Amino acid sequence: MNTFKSKIALFIPCLVDQVYPEIGMAMVRFLRYFGYEVTYDPRQTCCGQPAFNAGHRNEARKVARTYIRVFEDAEIIVSPSGSCTAMVRNYYPVLFHNDQVCETARALGSRVLEFSEFVHRENLTESISGKFPAVIGFHNSCHSYRELGIRELPFQILKKIDGLELRQPPGEPVCCGFGGLFSAKYSAIAAAMAKTRLSSFTELGVDYVISNDPGCIMHMRQEAIDRNITVQILHLTEFLMKAMQIT
Amino acid sequence: MSTFSRFLRKSAAKAEDQTHLLKILKAVSTHDSKVEAMKNLQFKDWESARKQAATIKNHVLENLPGFLEQFEKCITERGAEVLWAGNGIEAQNYFLEICRRHHVRKVIKSKSMTTEEISLNETIESAGMQVWESDLGELIVQLAGEKPYHIVTPAMHKNTAEIAELFHDKLGVPITESAEELTMAARTYLRDAYVTADIGVTGANFLIAREGAVVLTENEGNARLTMSCPPVHVVIAGIEKILPSMDSLPLFLPLLATSGTGQQITCYNTIIRGPRRNGEVDGPQKLYIILLDNGRSDLYRKERFRESLRCIRCGACLNACPVYRTIGGHTYQTTYQGPIGSVITPHLKPMGEWQHLSYASSLCAACTSVCPVKIDLHTLLLENRWEACANHQTGMLWRFGLKFWAFFFSKRSRLNFFRRIGRIKLPIIRPFLPHGLRKRVPQIPAKTFSTLWKEYEQS
Repeated sequence: MNTFKSKIALFIPCLVDQVYPEIGMAMVRFLRYFGYEVTYDPRQTCCGQPAFNAGHRNEARKVARTYIRVFEDAEIIVSPSGSCTAMVRNYYPVLFHNDQVCETARALGSRVLEFSEFVHRENLTESISGKFPAVIGFHNSCHSYRELGIRELPFQILKKIDGLELRQPPGEPVCCGFGGLFSAKYSAIAAAMAKTRLSSFTELGVDYVISNDPGCIMHMRQEAIDRNITVQILHLTEFLMKAMQIT
Repeated sequence: MSTFSRFLRKSAAKAEDQTHLLKILKAVSTHDSKVEAMKNLQFKDWESARKQAATIKNHVLENLPGFLEQFEKCITERGAEVLWAGNGIEAQNYFLEICRRHHVRKVIKSKSMTTEEISLNETIESAGMQVWESDLGELIVQLAGEKPYHIVTPAMHKNTAEIAELFHDKLGVPITESAEELTMAARTYLRDAYVTADIGVTGANFLIAREGAVVLTENEGNARLTMSCPPVHVVIAGIEKILPSMDSLPLFLPLLATSGTGQQITCYNTIIRGPRRNGEVDGPQKLYIILLDNGRSDLYRKERFRESLRCIRCGACLNACPVYRTIGGHTYQTTYQGPIGSVITPHLKPMGEWQHLSYASSLCAACTSVCPVKIDLHTLLLENRWEACANHQTGMLWRFGLKFWAFFFSKRSRLNFFRRIGRIKLPIIRPFLPHGLRKRVPQIPAKTFSTLWKEYEQS
C-alpha cells in the first residue's frame, strides 16, 4: 500500500446528496479504510447534467460554474457516479467551448475519477478482500461504459470478494432507462426499459444488482418497488461495505 | 392531436405491450449474435473499417456537388436520364410524368425507404395505377396496410402465424406454419407482376460517381427482377448515397451486410451502369434516376449535422436502441425510425414539430457505438436539443422549470432552502403528480449527505 496518500476531494452528485446520502458515506468509509484523507466542500451542488442533457446550456453553465469554483483547486476528485464524472470530464469542454473557464474545466475534468477508476489507479484492488455468499449481477451505467470506457474495473473489484457468484446478461450492457429528465418526460418508456433491464438480471436468479451510478440505482429501485420485483439494488460502494465489513 | 401527443400516447401503450417486446427482443438478439460473429469473422479490425468508411463518406460530403455531377455525367453518357428533385412533390411529379410518357398502369417496386419518404405508393395509387411491393417484408406490410416497421426489416414485428393469417386473408393461401411455404406463396403472387409490370422502381444503396453506377444490395433477387424485367427502370435515391468510385465497394458492401443483417455480403449485389445497349438481349430500355434532396442540403449546410448524411441505412442503431426495442418502429410515425430517424427527422420536416423525437432517448450511446460509419448519433440528439432550446421549441414548463432549477442549484444556501420547502411540499404535491411520474419520485430522506458529513466529522 502507498505510504503517501493523496488528499481526496469528494464529488457527491446531487442525487446522492439529496436522496441516497448512504452511498456517499459508504464511499467515505471505504476511502478512510484505506487511509485516505477525505475532504468535502459543502458548497457543492450539482454538475449541471440535467439541464445540459435537456439542451438548456445556459442553465447548465450557471450550475457548472459553481462546480468549477468548488473544485478548481482540488488535487484528486472522486465520485460514486460514472455519469456525473463523464459530464465533467467529457462535456464541460463542450459546454464551456470558447469560454474563459474552458481550460480550467478541461484540466479539472482530468482530475475527476469515478470510484472504480480511483480504486484501479491507486492499485487498491489487490487489497480488497471480503466474503459474501450471494448471486449478483453488475449493471454498468451507459455513461460509465461508453463515455468513460469503464469495462472490467468493477468486475475486477467484485472478483476479490469470496463467495460471490457473478451472473451477467449476455451482450453489451443495456440502458436501464433513466436518462435524467428522459425518465420524467417519457416515464412510460423509461419504466418499461427499467423492467426489461431488471428482468434480464432476475431471470438469472440474482439476489443483488450492483451498479456504479446513483441515477440507474434510483430508477431501478423505483421500478422494483412499483412492480414488486424482489431484488436488492445497491451501489458498488454500499456493497463493498457489506462484503468487506467496514464500519 | 399534435404529433407529440400522439407519440406520447402510442409510446406509452407500446411500452406496456409484452407480446410486442418479446417478439422484438427475440428478433434483435438473433440479429445481434449474427452481427457480432460476422464482425469477428470477416474484419480483422472492425474499428479500422469503421474509421475508413467514415473517412470515405466525409470525403464524399466535402465534395458532394462535384461527385453528384460526375455521377450524372457518367451515367448520362451511357444512356440514363438523371432528374433532380428538390423535394418530395417534385420527385412525385417526375415519376408521374415518366408514367404518362410510358403509358404505365402497373408498377413493381423493390424495397426503398426513399420512396417511402416521398409517399410513392400513395402517389401511384391515387393516379389510378397499381403497385406491387416485391420485397417479402415490404409485401407483408403492404398487404397489411401498414408502413415499414424498420428500415431494413420492415415486417420485423410480425411472426409467422400473423403472416400466415394475412396471406390467407389477402392471397387466399391455406394457413401454414412453414415460412418456406409462405415465401413460395409470395413468389407465386409476384411472378406475374414482374412480367406484366410496365415499370420497375428501385432505390439505390450506393451511387458510384467515377464510373457512374447504381448499386443495389438485396437477399431475395427481387430488386434484380424489378429492375430488369419491365421495359422502364426508375431509381429514386437520396443525394447522400454517393461513393467516390467502385474502389469503395469492397469495404462498403461487406460493411453494410454485416451491420445490417450479420451477413458476409448480401445474396444479390447488382451494379447498373445504364439501360440496355445495342446488341444486349435484356435489361430495361429506359433508365431514369431521380436524385432526391428533400431537406438533405439543409442538413448539409448545418456543419454540425452534416455527418448524419454519412448514414448508409443499415439499421444497426435501431436494433441497438433500447427505446426503439421498447416502443417499436411504428410509434415514431416517421419514415426513418430509431436514433438516426430522431436525429434527421426534425431537420427534414417542419421545424419544431418533430423535436420531441430528439428527447426520446436516454442518451445511452448504444447507437453511436454500433454505427458502421461512426455517426456520433447520441451527441447529435443532444445538438438537436440545444437547437430546440435556442429556437424556443421546448415546452414552457421545461423552460421555466430549468431556470428555476438553475437558480436553486447554483448556490448551496439556495439549494438548502429549496430542499426544506421541497420536503414539506413533496408529500402534498405527490398525489397530484401524473401516475407515471409519481412512481419515479423516491422518498426523500431526512438528512442530506452534507448533514451526515457534518455529523460524521464531529463524531
